Amino acid sequence: MTAAPPLLDVQALSKSYAGTRVVDGVSLAIAPGECLGVIGPNGAGKTTTIRMCLGLTAPDSGGIRYFTQPDGTALEMPRDGLAIKARLGVVSQFDSLDPDFSCAENLFVFGRYFGLTRSQMAERVPQLLDFAALGHKADAKPAELSGGMKRRLSLARALVNNPDLLLLDEPTTGLDPQARHLMWERLQRLLAEGKSILLTTHFMDEAERLCHRLLVLDHGRKIAEGRPRELIAEHLEPEVIEVYGHGALALADSTLAAHAERVERSGETVFFYTRHARPLMQALEAHPQLRTLHRPANLEDLFLKLTGRQIRQDG
Amino acid sequence: MANRNEASVWAPPRLSMRWWPVFQRNLLVWRKLALPSLLANIGEPLLWLVAFGYGLGAMVGRVPTHGQEVPYIVFLASGSICMSAMNAASFEALYSAFSRMHVQKTWDGILNTPVQLDDVVLAEMLWAGFKALFSVVAILGVMLALKISLSPKLVLVLPIGLVAGVTFASMALVFNAKAQGYDFFTYYFAVLLSPMMFLSGVFFPRSQLPGFAQTITDWLPLTAAVELVRPLFLDQWPADAARHLAVLAAYAIASFWIALAFTRQRFRR
Repeated sequence: MTAAPPLLDVQALSKSYAGTRVVDGVSLAIAPGECLGVIGPNGAGKTTTIRMCLGLTAPDSGGIRYFTQPDGTALEMPRDGLAIKARLGVVSQFDSLDPDFSCAENLFVFGRYFGLTRSQMAERVPQLLDFAALGHKADAKPAELSGGMKRRLSLARALVNNPDLLLLDEPTTGLDPQARHLMWERLQRLLAEGKSILLTTHFMDEAERLCHRLLVLDHGRKIAEGRPRELIAEHLEPEVIEVYGHGALALADSTLAAHAERVERSGETVFFYTRHARPLMQALEAHPQLRTLHRPANLEDLFLKLTGRQIRQDG
Repeated sequence: MANRNEASVWAPPRLSMRWWPVFQRNLLVWRKLALPSLLANIGEPLLWLVAFGYGLGAMVGRVPTHGQEVPYIVFLASGSICMSAMNAASFEALYSAFSRMHVQKTWDGILNTPVQLDDVVLAEMLWAGFKALFSVVAILGVMLALKISLSPKLVLVLPIGLVAGVTFASMALVFNAKAQGYDFFTYYFAVLLSPMMFLSGVFFPRSQLPGFAQTITDWLPLTAAVELVRPLFLDQWPADAARHLAVLAAYAIASFWIALAFTRQRFRR
């Protein structure tokens, strides 16, 4: 049995602005039911990639194909832009909710852009509001909503046309932990229903929790791709010991470093990456004044290893 | 740098009926605010009419126009209704459209649906034209109540008001597309619309202007609107109606095309 054809298939996408390559030969594919995360520092090309996928910016080269059929035919951006958008749900980085409309009206009006009738929307709006946990806010204006509620309303709005594929650009940026968890729970519910998601994020816990597969972008290029756990296993030692406090930095050059495969410094903290944490932990007992944190390596470590710890100019 | 994959911003408009839901969206917002909007629409022109028409008019007496001498209030009413159409369309296509386009990001949301930018710009243009028509209806109602003119030909003021509204909306959308903030629009009003108001025969006959200025102002869109509307107030048919309509249509089509090109450029980034 062959794998189902991809819902979105992007080949060798490139884009330059004023002579600077912001996206450089990026390819990606999303299978039905899959959640693909795109991570990368600010300016890595995530938003430009999404804009090209939405037909808002034309690529200099490369192809963007949607909804490939078993016979190999597909809809192409920008040629079939309107047919593609009829089947997409989009949540952009910044809310574009209508401030003059209530939550329910926001959904009604948005449904009309998809050609949905009033009776279709009358059935759908209460379901969408419930899904967004905004059933009690149907008549509230966006200005009366919290940040998390606004994002959930934006998500509900992206679902009016019951899309197969959702493109979400930083859906939880600026939300508090409770709101973020609720958003995650809703996105997981959508994945369980069989929807596919392309998601950009700065939150590694979000990427690890939601995404089946990750794509790491930096300087417009794809620098890694794979399942979160496999990427960590491939690029990192399994365990990390963080040491901080007075005198911690000196340890990086001491005999202790021999216990670690790799040592990194960031600010006042030393990171020991190791396969065998026990000898190092024992050696650290000689420095009770230092604070240590022993934990498994995670996506954040991977991200920082691949893209560096330095702050970007626009970061 | 030209991009092979990208059609020119000057490509012909690609229009469809998808403008309608965008127009409906504006209509729905406006319905919530219709009453205050109505008062604002009638209030200011009424102020001009009372202050200048009756106040100044009493001193001016009768004004020669279209082969007869008419009371100043009739002269002013027929001009100021065109001015109202111009102002209503311009305000809507500048300040309000800019809010939706730039501040609220309403257009960005719409562009993620099967509605393309050309249809959004068309919807905004027609919407601003509708606002002009609404303004004309409201003011004409007041003028009829004041019995400034009771000619049955006045019914034609409505379609002319709509055409003028569409023209001024298209012109304003050119500047909307280039705006970085609301301040920019002050210049549009100060440099273009206000001089046009005084040069198009709204407040005094253009025969008062030097000869060369008359020749130039013959081709202003507000002149065309005034020349179409004023005879109707005098129960006459406008002379050269085809030419005046052609002037309005030329401004409307050229402006809409330029507005579309500039807006496409703005949204490409």
